[in-house]
Amino acid sequence: MSYLKIDHVDKTFTRGARQTEVLRDVTVEVEKGQYVSIIGHSGCGKSTLLNIVAGLTQPTRGGVLLENREVNAPGPDRAVVFQNHSLLPWLTVYDNVRLAVDKVFAATKGRRERHAWTLENLDLVQMGHAKDKRPHEISGGMKQRVGLARALAMQPKVLLLDEPFGALDALTRAHLQDSVMAIQQSLGNTVLMITHDVDEAVLLSDRVVMMTNGPGARIGEVLEVAMGRPRKRLELAADPIYIKSRQRLLEFLYARHRTPQLQAAE
Amino acid sequence: MNQMVRKVGPAPARPQPRAAVIAALPIKATPRASRALAALADLAARVIPPALVLALLLLVWELSCARKGASLPPPSRVLADTWELIVDPFFDRGGIDKGLFWHLSASLQRVALGYALAAAVGVALGTLIGQSVWALRGLDPIFQVLRTVPPLAWLPLSLAAFRDGQPSAIFVIFITAIWPIIINTAVGIRNIPQDYRNVAAVLRLNAGEFFTKIMIPSAAPYIFTGLRIGIGLSWLAIVAAEMLIGGVGIGFFIWDAWNSSHISEIILALTYVGSIGFILDRLVALTASIVTRGTAAN
Repeated sequence: MSYLKIDHVDKTFTRGARQTEVLRDVTVEVEKGQYVSIIGHSGCGKSTLLNIVAGLTQPTRGGVLLENREVNAPGPDRAVVFQNHSLLPWLTVYDNVRLAVDKVFAATKGRRERHAWTLENLDLVQMGHAKDKRPHEISGGMKQRVGLARALAMQPKVLLLDEPFGALDALTRAHLQDSVMAIQQSLGNTVLMITHDVDEAVLLSDRVVMMTNGPGARIGEVLEVAMGRPRKRLELAADPIYIKSRQRLLEFLYARHRTPQLQAAE
Repeated sequence: MNQMVRKVGPAPARPQPRAAVIAALPIKATPRASRALAALADLAARVIPPALVLALLLLVWELSCARKGASLPPPSRVLADTWELIVDPFFDRGGIDKGLFWHLSASLQRVALGYALAAAVGVALGTLIGQSVWALRGLDPIFQVLRTVPPLAWLPLSLAAFRDGQPSAIFVIFITAIWPIIINTAVGIRNIPQDYRNVAAVLRLNAGEFFTKIMIPSAAPYIFTGLRIGIGLSWLAIVAAEMLIGGVGIGFFIWDAWNSSHISEIILALTYVGSIGFILDRLVALTASIVTRGTAAN
């Protein structure tokens, strides 16, 4: 039995008499310490899937198992790094992380330990220097780092990343991807990431799950990326596994499952 | 400094620091002086136009009321008539024959009480109807009707209920100030971004923590908008209410002056009412800008 299992999940949104089927029979298994990405065109329901794992949305059928126990409500064991950082603007960087630390470790850590743990996690994402700044005073990439620190500080069983690099410029994105890779390498986190970026998916993941287009999106293909770690961005450009993996993803996304808009454009 | 000089060598080094000092003085002095000058110009730009307009208005008033038999006194007469009240606001000859300070402070106390109650109840009710769809559906139509009732229309009813002027006046303030506070709080609560709710859900914040750590800070700009409208309305309502209930208070002072045909005293009282209303508004605005620094900046 796998560590995290998304088990035959269906999701249908009902608004009045209108029903929209978003996900159909989605099953994904993630082993402990694995980095799994879910890739698909925008609007295919991959964010809905992540919200179901996070417990923020309830599936219509099926369920999510973590260590063989069903999880159907949100909790810090499945910490989320949100696409738009979701830092609380009235709190400093430190207090944003500290809020999570205080809540999760209220019973198990003392005041001093929580303070030290907060700083440790900020240092981990190289944001210790900005701990007294407010979110609006730091750049988008920095906000995302703080969001990551907040999630890591909860010591989640599974780290859920909802297109965490989507809103960043290419250089910042590359930096942050490297940071995430290094952190995952050293801490051994189990990660489930949503993305629409082919390079990102191949670079970071052990396994890439490809989703078909909605409505009623399903798992199309699963690709194992059998490359060793640590992975170096520059060296990978010529790596045959990297090139082949990338090729397969591109083929799936753009040849077999183009978005309706793209098809209409031709 | 010395090391630097030695490194360069004695001959060319000596004139250098001297030149530096000479050059540094004006450079250092200039920004400070120009900054002070700029601040002064900025202040002047804000003070001079209203002062000019005020002087012009007073002049027009003076000229138009200067002729004999004018129904209103010119500003010079107002000043002469009320000089005693202006210089001694603290006298107390018993009853309602008190200095303006006592009248104003009595009014302010009523407003403080009624407004504090309205703020507490208004934020609580606003939170309720912002959070719960059923509370919104049940209460909102009633609120929408009640909030259009003019403040003074509540006075006879509250007099009948409380059988006393003091609590009636406080109730009128309360019922006047509460509607904008309720409505703005409710809008603020309803507008809490889903992201913050998600964060709270992942952290498993309980209801109390959610209220203090997410709801109140997130809705604070809206709540303060309501509070600011509320304080203005309370101050508007107190003068009218006091005219009717009598006793010590700036409203009754004005009514009493009218009954004794002391038009100058009315004009003086109006200036005080206006200034205090302005100060109250600014106080709430200042509190808001301090409290919502984080949120408003976003």
